Amino acid sequence: MNYMILIPIAIYIIFTPIVGFFLEGYDRVVSSRLQRRQGPPFLQPVYDLIKLFEKQAIVVNNLETALVLGFTIFTIFSGCIFFAGGDILLVFFAFSLADMFLVLAASSANSPYSSLGSQREFVQMMAYEPMTLLTAIGFYMVCGSFNVSDIINQDVPAIIRTPGVFLGYCFILIIKLRKSPFDLSTSHHAHQEMVKGLTQDIAGNVLGILELGEIYEEVFLMAIVALFFVTKNPMSYVVGIVAALVVFFIMIVIDNVFPRVKWSNMLWITWGVTLSLAGSNFLILTMLKMAGI
Amino acid sequence: MKISKSPWLLHYDASSCNGCDIEVLASTTPRFDVERFGIINTGNPKHADIMVVTGGVNDQTKHVVKQLYSQMPEPKVVIAAGICACDGGIFKDCYNMSGGVDTVIPVDVYVPGCAVRPEALIDGVVKALAILDQKRDAMKNHATCEVHYDNAGKGES
Ligand code: SF4
Repeated sequence: MNYMILIPIAIYIIFTPIVGFFLEGYDRVVSSRLQRRQGPPFLQPVYDLIKLFEKQAIVVNNLETALVLGFTIFTIFSGCIFFAGGDILLVFFAFSLADMFLVLAASSANSPYSSLGSQREFVQMMAYEPMTLLTAIGFYMVCGSFNVSDIINQDVPAIIRTPGVFLGYCFILIIKLRKSPFDLSTSHHAHQEMVKGLTQDIAGNVLGILELGEIYEEVFLMAIVALFFVTKNPMSYVVGIVAALVVFFIMIVIDNVFPRVKWSNMLWITWGVTLSLAGSNFLILTMLKMAGI
Repeated sequence: MKISKSPWLLHYDASSCNGCDIEVLASTTPRFDVERFGIINTGNPKHADIMVVTGGVNDQTKHVVKQLYSQMPEPKVVIAAGICACDGGIFKDCYNMSGGVDTVIPVDVYVPGCAVRPEALIDGVVKALAILDQKRDAMKNHATCEVHYDNAGKGES
């Protein structure tokens, strides 16, 4: 076994919370400035998380705690495979599994809000899952490998030949980051029609574990945005990080501009975008290949 | 780190005329912006640290108030916002009123006013945060948590 791969994994596990807290703080401060108010301090997400771990845990059933733990562990696990340069298909599958744990955790509680939230999360998974798979295929088509270590060893960045896939992936990011038009199952914003939905019955330090998992998830999702720009050239990493930050900023603006849509609209819009953007991208790639370019 | 840096708020309308409710919501708008203190208005008692009750408690809502209070994880504080929530206000003598919120659950901060002004409410919340910190410390030292709602129910039949 090659012990060298343990280094990026260790870096990922240790430094992700710092990056994640930065992103979350940035999100909340920028959101409040967009609404012309002062907003919370930059470190607010850190305070929130520490607070959650200090609260009394009201556990509705023991299974829920185990399932939430499963979500966080599998999220971190999929990030580990990604940063160790593993197979991107495996990364996405482990990632879906993590989300599945969350749905199970929510449906194990007998609150109506929580079970409604878990049903909506299923619909969300249905909406974004095709695009995550097509993203992996898009990388394969231009790089000839599913391995992240091969994808980052290209001469030209993947985005040159997969702009449609990139835009499609950015689109489903709105769902994955729980941003406003598509934050159906649970929302970072106050009050919605089913209170907190998915996280309704998850309280105290269990919620803290969940939030930690979401922070790892966020960083990993933004890393895939950066992956579209990364090449052999070390400078391309900087380009990738800047691109990820720009995409994240656009997500915040979208979050603040659009009202929530109905689940059926989300499904059709997302599938429409997936089919048109990724589909036309693949068509052009295939045609180019047939023409021998 | 103090727990008071991240208080999440649960607002419940026990029997308010809606005057106080509007002011509570006004304090979350950009003009007063309670999120400066990290306060989030969550609708979920299981995520909440501060319970803000507006309006006096009547026969229909007293069970709800009790249940919401019991669903909140420790440490927690209760704010009675508006004079109705403090002692029943102008509805005090109605046949179905129990009186203020303190007739069913222990109240930590009373904020008077009809309707309560957002400034007064924010001041009350800041006072409540100090109590929240005390309760957290008490919890850490394994002291029993001060009062539970059963021994505060002086107005119960
Ligand atoms: S204190 Fe005044 S404004 Fe508030 S609920 Fe009572 S009557 Fe309405």
